[in-house]
Amino acid sequence: MKTRVFQREGLQPLLEALAEQFDRIIGPTVRDGAIVLDEIASDADLPAGWTDDQQPGRYRVGWRDDEAVFGFAAGPHAWKRFLAPPDVRIWTVRRDAGRLQFEPGRTVPRRDAFVGVRPCDLAALDILDRVYLQGPYVDPGYQARRQAIGIVAVNCTAPGGTCFCASMGTGPRAGAGFDLALTELVGDGRHEFLAEAGSARGEGWLDKVPSREASADDRAAAARALEEAAGRMGRRLDAEGLGDLLYDHLDHEAWDDVAARCLTCGNCTLVCPTCFCTLVEDRSSLGGESAERWKRWDSCFSREHSYIHGGYLRASGRSRYRQWMTHKLAGWHDQFGTSGCVGCGRCITWCPVGIDITEEARRIRGAEGTPAAERIRS
Amino acid sequence: MGRTRKPKLAVWKFASCDGCQLSLLDCEDELLDVVGAVEIAYFPEATRVSSRGPYDLSLVEGSITTLDDIRRIATIRKASKRLVTIGACATAGGIQALRNFKDVHEFVAAVYARPDYIDTLDRSLPIAHYVPVDFELRGCPINKYQLLELLSALLAGRRPSFPEHSVCIECKRRGAVCVMVAQGTPCLGPITHAGCGAICPAFARGCYGCYGPMETPNTASLGERWTALGVPPAAQARALRTFNAWAEPFRAAADAAAAAGKDRQP
Ligand code: SF4
Ligand code: SF4
Ligand code: SF4
Repeated sequence: MKTRVFQREGLQPLLEALAEQFDRIIGPTVRDGAIVLDEIASDADLPAGWTDDQQPGRYRVGWRDDEAVFGFAAGPHAWKRFLAPPDVRIWTVRRDAGRLQFEPGRTVPRRDAFVGVRPCDLAALDILDRVYLQGPYVDPGYQARRQAIGIVAVNCTAPGGTCFCASMGTGPRAGAGFDLALTELVGDGRHEFLAEAGSARGEGWLDKVPSREASADDRAAAARALEEAAGRMGRRLDAEGLGDLLYDHLDHEAWDDVAARCLTCGNCTLVCPTCFCTLVEDRSSLGGESAERWKRWDSCFSREHSYIHGGYLRASGRSRYRQWMTHKLAGWHDQFGTSGCVGCGRCITWCPVGIDITEEARRIRGAEGTPAAERIRS
Repeated sequence: MGRTRKPKLAVWKFASCDGCQLSLLDCEDELLDVVGAVEIAYFPEATRVSSRGPYDLSLVEGSITTLDDIRRIATIRKASKRLVTIGACATAGGIQALRNFKDVHEFVAAVYARPDYIDTLDRSLPIAHYVPVDFELRGCPINKYQLLELLSALLAGRRPSFPEHSVCIECKRRGAVCVMVAQGTPCLGPITHAGCGAICPAFARGCYGCYGPMETPNTASLGERWTALGVPPAAQARALRTFNAWAEPFRAAADAAAAAGKDRQP
């Protein structure tokens, strides 16, 4: 597969090449004080010169002192928003002369080009594939949407204060699962992208961009940038034997401690790129001529989620936090053969009270917590 | 559906502003369907027609604030197969429950030229304090889509879907950026019952708590967060004492914050 280098100006022709093949281009853009994922019309919509500062329960956008286009970490939105959307109509049923007529929800998906997928998020897509496609049941909606996307990954050179992909082995360099993977090379008068094709169509897009052969120096510069990034992770998680450790400590007092802080608000699960829980809701028209079945994002932090006849399995906040964390870090291994956590740090940043999964895991391990000052940027 | 007659709907008002009942009239696109599906037997805001009970469904707006209210709600309950409260007044006592924290007779004396004309109870209380309630629709005002969901669910004989989780879940579903995390704006969303669709955060405001407490509100933890954001205890108490001031978790948290605020006074 080709590896080439193009100038900053090459982004626009790349987006144009994507626009020829896809209905929409989704990428990072600045909105409401955050770098969100939304439709991109041109390279002017990308967050050039922007960055973010992320800490537990705190996120701020800011300016970089260069014009890097991808100089920020994972934002509030995960790509699951587009592949397993928050509200999906599964079917509609109508009464028609005494017969019931079923109509499936949207069957032809939009073709989306995802631009700026981080390595952690790429790993998350792989996990979602296992959940939705590789189990005993296939989710046809997810499958159709998934098959319709193209992926331009961007390796991570600006990890945030809550990132720990290096601990989870998912970043800062993308392994596989992309059509094209970019590494931004910026500084010393240079603003270029090293572009590695991962598929034939990725090579095709690259052909539309004025570029040159990648030299050994270019590759070395990219490798250096990524190595540096791996050393700048704001968080660390010792994943070794973590699953068993959690299973062995279901009665640890740390769960009481976190329960006292946890709001059971559900934010952590909804920002997580791999959390997939949904609820099913039926709607019927006033006159009873038609009904709809919807699938909506839910959370293991909502009480209703654990309702079975007779009561709630997880009535307390303690049992809900414990369920979430042990499922993420232990149960997923048993269920899907992988950790449910890719180390993106979203749940830490977007928890309104800054609960930190790496810190909670450390408590269970019994180690002393890292002093707060060191936690911010180690 | 083999219905022989349309279910009879009645809409009643107690101490309230009428906003919730008006949500029914606000269902412009669906209003004809509503009128097609039910017989509006009593709804003075909408029609002069009034037929006697029993009613299949009574929607009750407003809180109980007078002795006459207590008698009236008992009669309505008897005449109604199902009784559903609509809005924060009927469900939690409303903004007028602020009187519950003070001596209402002082207010009466200060406001009315002839206080002796005023006959009122010491406290403004929710309907459920006096009679059994089948469902409660939260909000100030209620969300018209929840009202339609209630009506269509009851007509279809299914359980209505009213999630009791936080506003945060609605906020994230709609893709809004968290104002508390990204801007440091105090938000009541994490302890507030869903139902509005997270309107305020979507417009860069913190949640005001119109839908009252969510299923398992951790008011103490959110209070600490607000304190860290620079909101003094007295202001926290004020934020919790609005439309749902008398709802137990908000009331207890506001009392605690108010007490902490007093401690702090020099
Ligand atoms: S658990 Fe937290 S850090 Fe791990 S993938 Fe989910 S949001 Fe990211
Ligand atoms: S861990 Fe944080 S984000 Fe998750 S439910 Fe608890 S308070 Fe909300
Ligand atoms: S803005 Fe408020 S409602 Fe929305 S996620 Fe943040 S805390 Fe929750």
